Amino acid sequence: MSINTFMQHMVNGISLGSLYALLAIGYTMVYGILRLINFAHGDIFMIGTYIAFYGMTAFFLPWWAAFLLALILTAVFGILVERLAYRPLRNSPRISIMISAIGASFLIENLAIVLFGGRPKAFPIAGIGNIDVKRGGVSIVSIQIIIPIVTLIFLAMLLYIVNRTKTGMAMRAVSKDYEAARLMGIDVDIIITITFGIGSLLAALGGVLWGLKYPQLIPLMGMMPGLKCFIAAVVGGIGNIKGAVIGGFILGLGEILIVALLPSLTGFRDAFAFVLLIVILLIKPSGLMGKTTTEKV
Amino acid sequence: MKKNTRKNIMTLIALLLFIGFLTIADRIFDSYQMRIINLAGIYVTLGLGLNLINGFTGLFSLGHAGFMAVGAYTSAILTMSPELKQMNFFLKPIMPFFANVEWPFFPALIMAGLMAAIVGALIGAPVLRLNDDYLAIATLGFGEIIRIIFTNTQTLTNGALGLKGLPNFTNVYWSWGTAVVMVIVMVLLIKSSYGRAFKAIRENEIAAEAMGIGLFKHKMMAFVIGSFMAGVGGALLGHLMGTIDPLMFRFLMTFNIVLIVVLGGIGSITGTVISAVVVTVMLEVLRVLDGSMDFGFIQIEGIPGMRMVVFSALLMIVILFYQRGLMGTNEFRWEWVTNPKATITKAWKNRKA
Repeated sequence: MSINTFMQHMVNGISLGSLYALLAIGYTMVYGILRLINFAHGDIFMIGTYIAFYGMTAFFLPWWAAFLLALILTAVFGILVERLAYRPLRNSPRISIMISAIGASFLIENLAIVLFGGRPKAFPIAGIGNIDVKRGGVSIVSIQIIIPIVTLIFLAMLLYIVNRTKTGMAMRAVSKDYEAARLMGIDVDIIITITFGIGSLLAALGGVLWGLKYPQLIPLMGMMPGLKCFIAAVVGGIGNIKGAVIGGFILGLGEILIVALLPSLTGFRDAFAFVLLIVILLIKPSGLMGKTTTEKV
Repeated sequence: MKKNTRKNIMTLIALLLFIGFLTIADRIFDSYQMRIINLAGIYVTLGLGLNLINGFTGLFSLGHAGFMAVGAYTSAILTMSPELKQMNFFLKPIMPFFANVEWPFFPALIMAGLMAAIVGALIGAPVLRLNDDYLAIATLGFGEIIRIIFTNTQTLTNGALGLKGLPNFTNVYWSWGTAVVMVIVMVLLIKSSYGRAFKAIRENEIAAEAMGIGLFKHKMMAFVIGSFMAGVGGALLGHLMGTIDPLMFRFLMTFNIVLIVVLGGIGSITGTVISAVVVTVMLEVLRVLDGSMDFGFIQIEGIPGMRMVVFSALLMIVILFYQRGLMGTNEFRWEWVTNPKATITKAWKNRKA
């Protein structure tokens, strides 16, 4: 394999990894605070993409307005999902909340099939995403550069919020100890709402970028990326934002490189994530960046 | 002692009545209605398998569809005639080893269960050390891996094309016969010391271990038996449908079964049986919603997919407002029939607890 082809694959892997990272952050934040696998996260991502699609095709908004609208509405949608499906069960056994999460995902998917139709839709590619950039022998479509840059910008913003603001401090406190945070006068409900809002907003961002890169929308498009990004979050150490990003990149690069280096395994591309998950769980269940905790009686 | 004999006789009579019902149903119902009855029986088997793992032992496993796939494919490959295999495998020929096998249904069914149990043991050995969410996501991962492997092993499973024209062995006696056997096995298992160990692990793993219950051994046992049931159920399903392909065994299939277990009550055999029947029938009844409705004065255009929306909405309502499911952890007792008054007063007294 020539160095050019390798660079080409690296570029593909990094842009896919960025998309995975954006989704994995949502999983990791929610899990960090509620200890809940938000099975509906992949479907929230799908909703975000569809909102952007309808904004551009049905309401003829300029692309930036449609994308902004998608981010805001999806954040609201994510908050609604938490209100309706998770909050009523907050004090129930964890198994009930998990089932509720699966149920919510099921409901959103079926609603999407009825509302948006089961047939695939073509995402309109906005102008800036479709410029050919050639550097040496590597040919890149501009969207592949835009994706990592946008991801990094939003990641920096997120890290600023979590580490430097009062809200972020409260979020960290809630994820450390739910009860103690409440006793310290933190309004846990608001913090959870904000967490879901941010997570869903990033999912919508991932969805819009996903639509630009793979311009085909179907109501079940969130299922596989959803599962894979949860795996990315586990690989990085669940509850850890930087870990989620690293996990996302490992997954994206791994998938692309496996297909590039061992073409006979192309059919097993989707299995890579699950194999990675099982290897990580058996070797280091707390993930690459996670802290090991022991259960006390 | 005398009381027990009376109960046993009543159980026997109920069983005979049920067999009578099935025989009559087989004569008078059309093939569509029989298909629903068959499906219900298969879902009872599948639901019991998952309930043993999730409900009684408290291991949240989401890999049921994978084990079903193993069972369905095993029995399909073993029972299909050589000519049928040749017709199916037109892209690449089947492995020579399997090309000429043609087993009768019963040994193939047992083999399907055994293969699923072996796969369950292989998966369980590393995975059962994890707990809660991690176990759920790891079993889900393995279920997906099984499906992806089956999509790619062209010479064994015919890949994404699937297998068509499976002999239609499954009839009402097979599906409900298996279901009844599984119910009896489950009742005996749960009443045995193993069953009590399973429940102890569910209630509190650390306390159970401190009481001297071998955690790994018992978890493994529940997991393997559950996988066996899933394999048998998958095989029956394959021979009912006549066609199997890897897409059939997606996460959605696992979810259907989780749903049956949850609606019936996590940890109740009676609940699983009732909810398997109710869910199967409901899914068919709700088909009305997909077609157009005519109320005489107003006509509503049918919206395809509406059935699943209503179904999942109903499901969410049950999950949110009625978490215990239909039966909670209660089981059917003959006292409910012989002495309904005492049962109701007792339930009324215990309503707070």
